[in-house]
Amino acid sequence: MTEKQQWIGQSVNRLEDPPLVTGRGRFIADISFPHQLHMRVVRSACAHGRIVSIDTSEAKAAPGVYAVWAAADIPEVPPIDFREGRIERLEPYRQPVLAQKYVRYVGEPIAVVFADDAYRAEDAADLVTVEVEELPPLMAADAPPGEFEPGRTTTAEIVRQGYGDVDSVFRTAPTIVELDLAVGRHSGVPLETRGALARYDSARDLLEFHGAAKVPHRNREAIARMLGRGLAGVHMYEGNVGGGFGIRGELYPEDVLVCVAAMRFERPIKWIEDRREHLIAANHSRQQRHRIRAAVDEAGRILAIDDEFFHDQGAYLRTHGVRVPHMTCGILPGPYRVPAYRAVGYVRLTNKTPAATYRAPGRYESSFVRERLIDAIGHKLGIDPNDVRRRNAITPAEMPYARPLEALGEEIEYDSGDYIGLLDKALAAARWTELQASLARRRAQGEAVGAGLALFVEKSGLGPTDGVRITVDTGGSVEVVTGGASIGQGIETVVAQICAETLGVDYRGIRVVHGRTDQIEHGIGAHASRATVMTGSATHSAALQLRDKAIDIAAELMQTSKDALDIIDGKVVRRDAPGGASMALGDIARHLAPGSKTRGEREPGLSVTGWFTTDHQVYPYGVHIAVVRVDRDTGGVAVEKYLAAYDIGRAVNPALVRGQIAGGFAQGLGGALYEEFVYDKQGQPLAVTFADYLLPTMGETPAIEILLAEDAPSPCNPLGIKGAGESGINPVGAAIASAIDAAIGIPGAVRQLPVTPTRLRAILKAHAERR
Amino acid sequence: MKPAPFEYHAPESVEEAVALLAEFAPQNGRVLAGGQSLVPAMAFRLARPAHLIDINGIAALAQLSLGTNELTIGASVRHAAFHQPITAAPLGRLLSEVVRHIAHDPIRRRGTFCGSIAHADPASEWCCVAATLGATIVARAASGTWQIRAADFFTGVMTTALADDELLVQVKLPLLPADTRSGFVEFSRRAGDFAIAMALATYRVENGRIAEPRLGIGGVESRPRRVVEAERVLQGGIPNAECFAAAATEAARAVTPMSDPMISADYRRDLVASLARRALEQAI
Amino acid sequence: MSAKREIALEINGRRYAVAVEPRRLLADVIRDDCALTGTHIGCEHGVCGACTILVDGDPVRSCLMFAVQARGKKIRTVEGLAAGKELHPLQAAFIAEHGLQCGFCTPGFLMLAVALLERDPDIDEARLLEALSANLCRCTGYDAIIKAVCAAAMARRS
Repeated sequence: MTEKQQWIGQSVNRLEDPPLVTGRGRFIADISFPHQLHMRVVRSACAHGRIVSIDTSEAKAAPGVYAVWAAADIPEVPPIDFREGRIERLEPYRQPVLAQKYVRYVGEPIAVVFADDAYRAEDAADLVTVEVEELPPLMAADAPPGEFEPGRTTTAEIVRQGYGDVDSVFRTAPTIVELDLAVGRHSGVPLETRGALARYDSARDLLEFHGAAKVPHRNREAIARMLGRGLAGVHMYEGNVGGGFGIRGELYPEDVLVCVAAMRFERPIKWIEDRREHLIAANHSRQQRHRIRAAVDEAGRILAIDDEFFHDQGAYLRTHGVRVPHMTCGILPGPYRVPAYRAVGYVRLTNKTPAATYRAPGRYESSFVRERLIDAIGHKLGIDPNDVRRRNAITPAEMPYARPLEALGEEIEYDSGDYIGLLDKALAAARWTELQASLARRRAQGEAVGAGLALFVEKSGLGPTDGVRITVDTGGSVEVVTGGASIGQGIETVVAQICAETLGVDYRGIRVVHGRTDQIEHGIGAHASRATVMTGSATHSAALQLRDKAIDIAAELMQTSKDALDIIDGKVVRRDAPGGASMALGDIARHLAPGSKTRGEREPGLSVTGWFTTDHQVYPYGVHIAVVRVDRDTGGVAVEKYLAAYDIGRAVNPALVRGQIAGGFAQGLGGALYEEFVYDKQGQPLAVTFADYLLPTMGETPAIEILLAEDAPSPCNPLGIKGAGESGINPVGAAIASAIDAAIGIPGAVRQLPVTPTRLRAILKAHAERR
Repeated sequence: MKPAPFEYHAPESVEEAVALLAEFAPQNGRVLAGGQSLVPAMAFRLARPAHLIDINGIAALAQLSLGTNELTIGASVRHAAFHQPITAAPLGRLLSEVVRHIAHDPIRRRGTFCGSIAHADPASEWCCVAATLGATIVARAASGTWQIRAADFFTGVMTTALADDELLVQVKLPLLPADTRSGFVEFSRRAGDFAIAMALATYRVENGRIAEPRLGIGGVESRPRRVVEAERVLQGGIPNAECFAAAATEAARAVTPMSDPMISADYRRDLVASLARRALEQAI
Repeated sequence: MSAKREIALEINGRRYAVAVEPRRLLADVIRDDCALTGTHIGCEHGVCGACTILVDGDPVRSCLMFAVQARGKKIRTVEGLAAGKELHPLQAAFIAEHGLQCGFCTPGFLMLAVALLERDPDIDEARLLEALSANLCRCTGYDAIIKAVCAAAMARRS
């Protein structure tokens, strides 16, 4: 091969796939160690109460049982802390690893059984009896707060962001639009349930945690701190992970328990969650109620937004503290100019499963709220909502655009973007005018069909720093060691593509390591759509340096200048004679070996650690258009067509980007129409099986059209990359709500997600009765 | 979600099965046929039978036979047996239309027609068919064999006239006259989900008028039934949109819908009106 | 606890002699006793389809059968699809069409698709879509999966 291969921008096959399609994946349930014990959690059946007694005697005597623990057996284990560090004022709301005085949600861990197999562990768990003095459960975040514990209310925090004199603007505003909106409680629900396998190697005093996910390095620090061990004595191992979506990998009580037990019993401890447990114990998300109003002028230009919302946090604050409601405040204005702004979020604890981040956290919610507001402004003033969007959208000339709002500890500054340009592209791709005409004709024939649109800004590329180490061995094999994490998104392939093109090798020969704290000291894992930006950019940096190192010694050995050389398909060649004399990278590595006589003063090894640092997240953006058909009799909604337009900056692997968007759309569809964690008045969860918690199947999920724009590469990293992980899901609730309004001819009808058939029928009947 | 322990029996004849049931039913023994409903219940430990009597190995129970007046469906005949019409006559077409709505293909390869009848979930399509067409359930115990009419068989949500020690060995469905028209409609959240409501309509036309109307509603009340109030409206009427709408309205008025935290009785009642009308229109 | 039964399971043409309590699910015995972990467990109540295997040619949810019921039946799992290093056309199609992301649902979809295409090689896309709605995927949004199965079906036909 004499031509340099381009890998970036190609939809190459994934490196991850061959083991997965042949059933050779290593998900945590697939891994076992000799003499392991199985852990089974005994969970509260009561939503709120004081624990009177826990009787484990019958369970302890059951066949195959090794031990049974309650809180009293682990007095030295502290509650799980917040991921960003200590926040003293919020600490009282953290969840104890095993319930102590109170139980606060159905599903809360009260005790754990350790037995020789999973079946017998479950048998024994049934024998643990818990006596609870029931207390009235608090099931609504917008109800008056209750008592969390004596002297402390269930309002854990009030988050606020804003600027300008909102009140005076409203006093003189020509028009005010007010909405009361709610997003239902739902979550990521990956197809693989949670699990962990901890093993303590006492000979080396090393605690191994298998089944790590999302943020292995952070979790390693947290576990080491909680157990009072040095970092060197704890290592995390990530295998295959069956979806994350923000839910998996946040440190949970069960993760801590397997570690404590592995060390105390000196036997491996395996815990695999079942589906019912997952639905009541893994992080919930999304449930917010917003009372929002906008002051606008006669042309629909926003003068101020004032938002008050109630965030249903569930029973405790988990590792994310109050970041989701805080981010909601910061990101709600989205792509629009908002001269004065106030957002106040009441973070209220309720007796439900605790909530945390789920793909596009705070953004799925705020996009729904913001875009409903835009539609409402258009309707009130008789202006096409898309024109309202045009009049308010920030323009490229105003970039970079900063306002005194924050997310994830950084001021929000939009780096680049042509929102109106993408809006126009999306409308053109959807043939909006003909589409509206055709829908109007169908409505005239009696069908309830309509189209809706939503415009949004995403965020990605959270820094500050990531580094990777690339090594070429004497056989010529390339290995990239990252601190990244795989949740199925294809990080190995993307990193390999970037390394391959930058270095000059075939991506298929590259081994990418991730999720291993024993292989690299630092890592950012996979979350906040940052992996391609950060780990990808660090890979680019390391590969450039490695290329330089190879060419530097090759120039000497080939007796020519560095400028005359290039690396093509793993060989250093002369640019002017690529088919001629060459040196394989493996040979270069031999020349750089510690004992090599040709190494000179150079550092041994063909290996480089490269870093990428940024103080700036990037803000990609998109437009979604939905076409729905409503069955007025049943209230059923079908999505006929869907277009997702997205500014990806630069796509390393377009097929993977499309996969992320299509998958995100399906989840967004679930949240818009099907998925909801419902509770009864006693705090009993009603969605505890896949027959009640409805994930969209292929039958409900249409193929969507995806328009990827690479018009505005990010100025914040050398490859111009923006992340895509959360773009597919962000505005789906908003777009579908807007389309349903149009289909039934009732502007502003949809104020609550999910739009279930019963809710839609109620809207239709109420509207008909009013006439 | 692992099942609680049980003793497992795999009889090879109906006599052996019935004897085992006589012995173990009092000790919380249950029949295992397709398992597509029982095993999930056992996984959630809502069902904890101490004994399971697996009837899948009994050849005599796997028979599906077409007689002159009726179709006899053995206890272990799978849903999938109805994918292709078992007869070109109206009953065969009707069953192959209905079976498409039952869960998904892999469930239908194991789940059984008779198992659904014995399980008596109000949302079961086969129960609606049995009630509407007037099926006969054949039960056998150590002490003898009984025939129970469908109308007497379903007594409530997941409750039937079957005694604990009785094995449901067959269900007989009467063949429908050659000129029978039928329509079946159900509404569920997703394809393959349990139905929130369903309607099955059959009728013939004599001299331009509706004869032998049957309108069965399932998923709405605690058990499926023929809504005779609506059938009276259809009987002798002209098979047109007005007649169907009137019958559907009457059906909605006549039912006493169940109510649960997710779905109100009113919503179900409204569904009955729509689905009954659609089933009748489909039957044209 | 009831006594273990000694049974022989035939999986992918190989005989596995195991001793199992009657309550052990077929999915667990395939995974833990026969060391074939390619079949995954996603819900244990028969809804998600991740545990789909073939039993005497039928696609079946292995979480809804007890291992003792599988005696004498021909079981096929995802590990039996490839012939040595040569991938089954469906496996190759899933890779080419990016029909997987995390891969957890993939074995279940593969076995379901194998059953559908073996039973009816000429199955059309509409019926394929209906049949494939049986299994859940949380990552891909499904379009890549249906494309992969259609691509494999077309390859078979030509």
